[in-house]
Amino acid sequence: MKKILLLTVTICLLIACSSGDTSNGNGDNFDRTAMLTNWADNIIIPSYTAYQAKVQVLLTAVATFNTAPTETNLQVVRSSWTEAYKAYQKTSQFYFGKAMEIHYNEKANTYPTDIVSINSNISSGSYDLELLSQYSKQGFPAIDYLINGLGATDANIVSFYTTNTNAANYKKYLTELTTQLKSNIDLVVTNWNTSYRTSYIASNGNSVSSSVNITTNLFVKNLEKYIRSGKIGIPAGVFSSGALFPEKVEGLYHKTISKELLTVALQAEQDFFNGKHFNSTATGPSLQSYLDYVKAVRSGQNLSTIINNQFTAIFTANTNLSTNLSAQISSDNSKMISSYDAIQQNVVYIKLDMMQALNITLDYVDSDGD
Amino acid sequence: MNSSITKYLNTYSSAATLAFFRLAFGIMMFFSLIRFALNGWIEKFYITPQFHFTYYGFGWVKPIGNYTYLLFIICALAAIFVAIGYKYKLAILTFFLSFTYIELIEKTTYLNHYYFITLVSFVLLFLPANCYFSVDAHQKHSLTFEKIPRWNIDILKVLLAIVYIYAGLAKINSDWLFEAMPLKIWLPANSNLPIVGSFFNQNWLQYAFSWIGMIYDLTIVFLLINKRTRYFAFALVVIFHVLTRILFPIGVFPFVMIISTLVFFESNFHSTVLKWISNKLNFTAVYFENNKEKTPEYSFLYKSKILFLSCFLAFQIVFPFRYLLYPKELFWTEEGFRFSWRVMLMEKAGYAEFTVTDALTKKEIKINNSLFLTSFQEKQMSFQPDFILEYAHYLHDYYQQQGINNPEVRVESYVALNGRLSQKFIDPEINLANIHDSFQHKTWILPFNDTIDGL
Repeated sequence: MKKILLLTVTICLLIACSSGDTSNGNGDNFDRTAMLTNWADNIIIPSYTAYQAKVQVLLTAVATFNTAPTETNLQVVRSSWTEAYKAYQKTSQFYFGKAMEIHYNEKANTYPTDIVSINSNISSGSYDLELLSQYSKQGFPAIDYLINGLGATDANIVSFYTTNTNAANYKKYLTELTTQLKSNIDLVVTNWNTSYRTSYIASNGNSVSSSVNITTNLFVKNLEKYIRSGKIGIPAGVFSSGALFPEKVEGLYHKTISKELLTVALQAEQDFFNGKHFNSTATGPSLQSYLDYVKAVRSGQNLSTIINNQFTAIFTANTNLSTNLSAQISSDNSKMISSYDAIQQNVVYIKLDMMQALNITLDYVDSDGD
Repeated sequence: MNSSITKYLNTYSSAATLAFFRLAFGIMMFFSLIRFALNGWIEKFYITPQFHFTYYGFGWVKPIGNYTYLLFIICALAAIFVAIGYKYKLAILTFFLSFTYIELIEKTTYLNHYYFITLVSFVLLFLPANCYFSVDAHQKHSLTFEKIPRWNIDILKVLLAIVYIYAGLAKINSDWLFEAMPLKIWLPANSNLPIVGSFFNQNWLQYAFSWIGMIYDLTIVFLLINKRTRYFAFALVVIFHVLTRILFPIGVFPFVMIISTLVFFESNFHSTVLKWISNKLNFTAVYFENNKEKTPEYSFLYKSKILFLSCFLAFQIVFPFRYLLYPKELFWTEEGFRFSWRVMLMEKAGYAEFTVTDALTKKEIKINNSLFLTSFQEKQMSFQPDFILEYAHYLHDYYQQQGINNPEVRVESYVALNGRLSQKFIDPEINLANIHDSFQHKTWILPFNDTIDGL
């Protein structure tokens, strides 16, 4: 009798004590550390660093333009802006750590940009770009306006930096917006290169706050909110009962960059999914190999294949889109809707099927199950 | 009255068993309430949400804001009073009412073992669990009895038997037995456990666990009843529940089941435990052994009680089968899924995006669920039809107040079940604001397009 009692009490104590952190530390045998290392060293840090270099080029081009505001120098600014904007698209999904802390995405890419306030910022010359209210007056969309939207021709645009009474303020604003981009990416890169990389990789468990969980959640969110809704859904009227907003596309003033930005962002998502190294064909441990590791087979096919096939379907749907999404919305919005639907299907595959297969929680509270 | 029934009702058993159960139950409930509070769940589940999912017919149970803490304190105190058997009838009634009220506030937190606790505390209301080893009996020796009619103990065994056997029956389905689903999804998540971990990725182990789980649930009660297999059975109980506790986030349930199955032991075990406790706490419990039998008078009241509890048990046996009255796949529609001991039975997740349309202007709004629901609520809502409907009505009411004309609510939803690719779940054309929940079959759930055979 005593023995049973003792045994029971001991076991219950054991259970009670083990009840703490069920979701921390344990997980499948998949080498999460290797995956996190691949993500950090071969994708995240190289993407940030490449973008940092492009912003530096932009900063130099702006400086040159400010010294000699010519049409040729404007075109150099424009092409470096394009390159930097594309490089940025490859970083927006890593919205955690320092990036989140400094509101990296909101500061770099809030669109549509607020041209009325931009103009008043320029004429008053006083503003604080750190303020939440200023997010829609800075970043790539604001620079887009300053280098593409001020006039109909390059000569017109250049005149704002030469003959305009406020020319000095225009130059100053352009420089400050670019400097702001630069200082933000500098903060992020420095943080990754000093302490953050180590702690990021060390957090290899599967709790809600682990690196795999956070990164994957933001990978999903980037596809759903920033790509699906932001780049297509909102301007194409999906969220406004068909009322179209062609003026809400990304890169509005440049006109022909919006589709390219969409393509780059989608490709970055797919490459991240497949663990493809930045600027290389090599691949490493990834969500795709993780899915294959847990033998996620759906309808007789690997779930990873289903997701990659759907990326292909998205790119196929996108071939029907004009390089100018704003014009596409005005001429034939149904093609935008087709692209939206194709992306939506992959949101479901990734947010629902993939997360379920990998047992990754969509950031919600831990609670008991049955 | 049939003679064998009369004979059974006049069989006596030691009150120590029931007293042991009362003590154990009270203590376990006290600690599980403390654990719930320490996890911060009172706030997360009952105070933070601006909207609560309620059970059909229980919409009148309202959240009580910060008073929820008070409710938990009352409930925990009642559990202590139950444990020590002080003002027992009042204590167990308070516990039953407060615990059940907490559960009824929010459907999102539904767990089978909470339902089990509600049922056990309801039954305990009718049992003389304070006639032995209790403060009540200590204060009033006329209340003390060493023997009580054995049905008072057997009814608890029947409740446990129902849980196990129905959980076992539910596992007799093609997904569980022939696809090893959902264990095939769940087990690999534990494969870095020492020693056994590496096996969790292996198919044979996933199948073995599925079949063993089913056989365990179906047979364990019989092994516990049989004197010769009892120790072996209890060892199995311990191994099984410890394993489920390690593998799955199922909170206090394994603990409750291990302790509860001790009720199957002979009464001398229970009196030994109680004696051991009284020795440790330095008081003598000898006077409880007064050899008195609690002989019932077959009054109208007593007979009504027996009849009522019999009906209650009959209901418990029939109720889980109500799903047979519904067409379509139970796992897909979940019509008759809850309150049926379908424990850890399927892996289901969903994705639901709602659209509210102004009936006059046709203006549409896509709903951001996180504005209205906590992420836990959103997770549970997105794959359960009754949640989806209740939420749709909440959206309808909210947007009507916002000045939208006769808001129409539609949902684009996908559900993935037991390792199948996700598919459309609810008819996206249906205006859910026009649908009212009932016990009728929900025709607006799209077909499952697959079959799961079995009970």
